[in-house]
Amino acid sequence: MIKIFKYSFFDLIRSRWSLIYFLFFAVTAGSLLYLSNDVGRAVVSLMNIIIILCPLIATMFGVMYYYNSREFIELLLAQPIRRESILLGQYFGLTISLTLSFVLGLGIPFLFYGILGSIALTNFVVLLLAGSLLTFTFVALAFVIAVKNENKIKGFSLAIFVWLFLAVLYDGLFLLSLFIFEDYPLDKFSLIMTTLNPIDLSRILIMLQLDVSALLGYTGAVFNKFFGTSIGFIVSLSCGLFWVIIPVLSMVRLAKRKDF
Amino acid sequence: MIEITKLEKAFGKNQVLKGVDLHVKESGICAILGPNGSGKTTIIKSILGMVIPDGGNIEVGGEKIKGNWLYRNQIGYLPQIARFPENLTVAEVIKMVKDIRNEPADEQPLIERFGMKPFLNSRLSNLSGGTRQKVNLVLCFMFNAKYIILDEPTAGLDPIALISLKELINEERINGKVILLTTHIMDLVEELADEIIFLLEGKIFFRGTLEDMQEMTGEVKLERSIAKILMKNSEEHKEMESLPN
Repeated sequence: MIKIFKYSFFDLIRSRWSLIYFLFFAVTAGSLLYLSNDVGRAVVSLMNIIIILCPLIATMFGVMYYYNSREFIELLLAQPIRRESILLGQYFGLTISLTLSFVLGLGIPFLFYGILGSIALTNFVVLLLAGSLLTFTFVALAFVIAVKNENKIKGFSLAIFVWLFLAVLYDGLFLLSLFIFEDYPLDKFSLIMTTLNPIDLSRILIMLQLDVSALLGYTGAVFNKFFGTSIGFIVSLSCGLFWVIIPVLSMVRLAKRKDF
Repeated sequence: MIEITKLEKAFGKNQVLKGVDLHVKESGICAILGPNGSGKTTIIKSILGMVIPDGGNIEVGGEKIKGNWLYRNQIGYLPQIARFPENLTVAEVIKMVKDIRNEPADEQPLIERFGMKPFLNSRLSNLSGGTRQKVNLVLCFMFNAKYIILDEPTAGLDPIALISLKELINEERINGKVILLTTHIMDLVEELADEIIFLLEGKIFFRGTLEDMQEMTGEVKLERSIAKILMKNSEEHKEMESLPN
């Protein structure tokens, strides 16, 4: 697995897209810092970008990378190496190169701004953590979809739909259901609904850290009330980790039974 | 020795292999022929463990392949389509496969044979289809593997490379390798194959030498013999369909 990871990481880090992704974050973070002149505000603005963009890019790259390397995977499958190692190696190669672009892209402007000595350092680290978790989750989801669907167009559409659903539609449906069932106690329901969406989880993770109650929203407020800030943070972080582990495990399980 | 017994595989409703029994000898070149969709690639991929059979058993060198992956260090495989990570160079891909196999490889003579020296440091995304196929050939032959499996080896090769490939295959035969080959180019089969296996509708329709085939069909050219078998087969189908129940 390490060997596959090494080479697919080298392959990806040299691609033009990694550079573009890096530059995008560097420019965005740099200009936000320059305009707002306040780390806390910049972190909040970046959060709104990250929770939409990281999943989208991870999904697109995940599907594209898998379909592009299909023939290469076949060549690797003919070598004396486990199936799981091939797929996991490629998975980590992609996620880690994306995460690196993301972390460096945000990190460099913030370093120049003097984040290291600032009290907002932990906030910034949590932001990076949330974005990385989202990347890991959505690349895994994209791989699961791509492994399952031989048809590229179908795989692509499905992956984009999953992203759209979790990033946009889910909140709408959630609010709608809260509105319809407003006569009932909905605390537990909304807690469960929140853990079922990795994007919501990351948002709450960052919000709890920032302690901006005005931006918590309904679910965040319930989360905060139910668990308190510190336990809420741990709960949302571990749910986020589950959102990485479960898709990765199902990806491995699918790959074991697949005909290439 | 490759031993296949009662191999069955369906993709959805499409039953591709319907109980194939195949025994490949200790050395020599064995050509697997058959019309499109007859299951040639499926057999090859089953041997390599890429396709998981629904039934039957496969042994390579006396080892059952089910749940096993180490047996693949005895196999060199040339896939039909050659594609690699685009931002790696040729030299890096060769190094990578060597790294993965973790066994001695002798790639230099092959690189020279196929004239790959000028391309060693170019990225794979900049190479033509034929050049990529040559990279594939180097990867396939550079290990001293006992079994060599070639799936449409001639795709995209220019005449010079084709001649080198034929020479190479012949040398490997003399070295006592077991070579499995699928192709649609019958001249290649006539030139190289010690044994022909003809697949039709998921079953082995014919197996034997070139002479056996000529004897059976009464044609001298292999191309014609195959065409004859296929035409006869489709006529029989029509008759079957037109029979009243």
